[in-house]
Amino acid sequence: MDVLMLSRLQFAVATFFHFIFVPLTLGLSILVAIMETVYVRTGDEEYRRMAKFWGKIFIINFAVGVVTGITLEFQFGTNWARYSRYVGDIFGSLLAIEATLAFFLESTFLAVWIFGWKRLSPKLHCLAIWLVAFASNLSALWILIANAWMQHPVGYAIRNGRAELTDFLSVVTQPFAFQIYFHTISGAYILAGFVVMGISAYHLLRQQHLSFFTKSFRIGLIFALIFSLAEIVQGHIHGAEVAKIQPSKLAAMESIWETKADAPMALFLIPDAKNERNAVEIGKIPGLLSLLAYHSTSATVKGLKDFPKEDRPPVLLTFTAFRVMVGLGFLFVLLTLVGWFKRHKLEASPRYLKIMLYAIPLPYVALQAGWIVTEVGRQPWIVYGLMRTKDAVSPIAASQVGVTLAAFIAAYSALGVIAFYLISKHVRRGPEPAAVQGEG
Amino acid sequence: MLGTIWFLLWGILWAVYFMLDGFDLGLGTLMPVLAKSETDRRLIYRVMGPFWDGNEVWLITAGGVTFAAFPTTYAAMFSGLYSALMLILFALIIRGVSFAFRDEVQAPGWKCFWDSCLTIGSLLPALLFGVAFANIFQGLPYDKDFVYQGTLFTLLNPYGLAGGILFVLLFTVHGSLWLAVKSDGELQARAGKLVTKLWAALLVVAVIFLLATRRQTFLYDNYAAHPVLFLIPLLAVAALIATRVFIAKASWWRAWAASSVTIVAVTLFGVVGLYPKLLPSSIDPAFSLTISNSASSPLTLKIMLAVALTFVPIVIAYQVWVHYIFRHKATAEDLEEGELY
Ligand code: HDD
Ligand code: HEM
Ligand code: HEM
Repeated sequence: MDVLMLSRLQFAVATFFHFIFVPLTLGLSILVAIMETVYVRTGDEEYRRMAKFWGKIFIINFAVGVVTGITLEFQFGTNWARYSRYVGDIFGSLLAIEATLAFFLESTFLAVWIFGWKRLSPKLHCLAIWLVAFASNLSALWILIANAWMQHPVGYAIRNGRAELTDFLSVVTQPFAFQIYFHTISGAYILAGFVVMGISAYHLLRQQHLSFFTKSFRIGLIFALIFSLAEIVQGHIHGAEVAKIQPSKLAAMESIWETKADAPMALFLIPDAKNERNAVEIGKIPGLLSLLAYHSTSATVKGLKDFPKEDRPPVLLTFTAFRVMVGLGFLFVLLTLVGWFKRHKLEASPRYLKIMLYAIPLPYVALQAGWIVTEVGRQPWIVYGLMRTKDAVSPIAASQVGVTLAAFIAAYSALGVIAFYLISKHVRRGPEPAAVQGEG
Repeated sequence: MLGTIWFLLWGILWAVYFMLDGFDLGLGTLMPVLAKSETDRRLIYRVMGPFWDGNEVWLITAGGVTFAAFPTTYAAMFSGLYSALMLILFALIIRGVSFAFRDEVQAPGWKCFWDSCLTIGSLLPALLFGVAFANIFQGLPYDKDFVYQGTLFTLLNPYGLAGGILFVLLFTVHGSLWLAVKSDGELQARAGKLVTKLWAALLVVAVIFLLATRRQTFLYDNYAAHPVLFLIPLLAVAALIATRVFIAKASWWRAWAASSVTIVAVTLFGVVGLYPKLLPSSIDPAFSLTISNSASSPLTLKIMLAVALTFVPIVIAYQVWVHYIFRHKATAEDLEEGELY
């Protein structure tokens, strides 16, 4: 393999792994903050134990999020040196701002939260976790503004052989960045809700700590329900935006080959990229794609054949990932709606609880699938329409990257297994027992 | 002008990073020497616990600012030093998780494993940052397209290694002083005894390094041109001596502060000597990366300056507050509070 392929693989491994931990950080920080707020307002010890129990999961998860994030920050320089040189004027500043505004806040106050149970007043301690939650979500905003710029570059001019910033405001306020942001954090909140529900279901199924986990389950449920509904509405608007600014990605997401007005959408299809057609198409609904993408059944959707071959993204992967994400999105709405009607009799619904326990991995799959759509669908561009991925890679030896790629795979697999083991160990142990009277 | 400001800020960020994470990295390195029991080990984790992550973000910011203000240097530096940097990253990974993972399982083998990760993960970055910066001082084989023409082993020359040892000693002195500040009893006594030996070694290596710098690098050119700048290395020497004086008086806070000044002054000594180059080329000085051929556009530099001048003081304020909150010495009682990771 050449240095380009290896670097792409390494980037994919590193980002995907980072993004296994990131969404739980984004959502669980808020849930823990909510639990602690209830404790501070009502003085109900159970909520304090809840903040501690879920907080521990948060801390283990956070640690892996942090150490894998550092790799990413430096990987633009190590593996994508030409890219960094070409767009650093814009892209680099967004990363630096993220660190200054968000990472300091996040890391500093998480430590305050962990070590401050006895040293701070309950209110101040609760503020610390809110700051962590705020900072995590702020860091997501800045990194996604950076990512959105790669999807849809604005506010720049090509000068001195590179992209130079001309309009900072248009970079940080471009609507597409906010689409990506709301879509990603909603997904993260769904995930956090499902993790809390799934783990609670585990104990409810064993009929232990009933009050503790019923309350936890409901907090996760409300959160996941709201954002599952929001995600579908927002995802649809998001898709329409993609149709406008990245037509080649839309064509790949839908596996459309011919340019057509009144474009149909098939319920089931199998792309056949080699022959530039779909091998199977079942259940065509006329005009639906035109309607979804452009809000008019008669709108014209551009097909892949109208893009030069070297400008087309990999169709099968983009298409499949998109279908998986959307399918799961509807499943989440279904599962959380069922939960809403069962919320008062959870222990009496073992089948539902079991489903929710086994549903924990699904939001993870949806989130990763979403990133595949976004990133693979952007190919062959690293910055859409501006720079190709193959022109972005560092002038380094393939052997160097080969070694580090292998090391990343080994180290991250080990890290993943250990983190999973520690979290499940903590989960099985359950919450600390309620304090004996007089202690606290 | 903007370029010069950012050059200085760039140097200051690295200096602050070394000063802050220096004590974690140094203390992590010394863990096997300083800790005689499980309680000692947990105390050592405890005195770093509330701070190490906040310290490490200074590294992320220093990296981010290199990217934002000098993208061409960021690209050339990080891709050129690929293997060294990756080693640092892997080290920081195992160090970072050892804090969170170590006390999750009570088996001695498990703890021993993460303790080794902490030590390796602290020693390696200390060493490699020193090696990298010394090599930057003396110039690296960059060609006319700013492509690095060496390997990892190019870096392991005597001057580079001297830089590595210098950093390890600076950080271990700094780390043992931190432990002396934050603990008492036997652990403090042990740290106090060790630091006198480390200080003596540091003095020897620092003198050798400064002399070698005269031979190996062009750093003194700037100083010769503007003799007032000699105040910076003088400050480094004065702070180094002050460190020893305060150690003798067992006045640990002051000794730690003096050691902080030493680290900052040593870093700035190098950075000021480099000016206006960020990455000198050893093939031909004309191939060096400088402020003028690697800085971002004036607009970006201005925006970044506004961000930095607004938010960095805020960051400093709350990080100081955190030090105030956790100003007490760590005691066995802290370990029972359940306030560990
Ligand atoms: C949507 C959210 C999101 C996305 C797409 C990314 N990250 Fe991330 N990152 C976070 C959300 C986040 C977070 C929630 O803020 C983390 C995760 C866990 C954590 O501890 O903070 C974090 C941690 C984190 C850290 C460590 C911060 C610290 O020490 O506190 C760094 C350096 C990065 N990230 C850098 C990156 C880079 C360079 C990315 C792009 C390739 C990236 N992240 C993608
Ligand atoms: C965390 C969520 C993310 C995931 C899961 C993800 C995933 C991916 C994947 C799989 C690729 C490889 C595509 C291919 O080679 O076909 C890629 C490419 C890339 N992405 Fe992302 N990405 C994420 C976020 C980001 C962000 C936030 C940025 C920038 C700030 C970014 C920058 C890049 C770059 C520079 C590449 C080029 C390398 C390449 O094409 O392989 N990514 N990403
Ligand atoms: C069911 C309706 C959904 C629709 C219509 C939808 C639509 C989309 C579209 C069009 C993109 C590509 C955007 C781009 O290329 O920039 C995308 C990306 C993404 N999706 Fe979805 N999505 C849905 C559900 C979900 C769910 C349930 C999750 C996760 C739990 C999710 C997670 C993501 C993520 C993480 C990305 C990448 C980031 C981004 O570009 O926003 N999506 N989605």
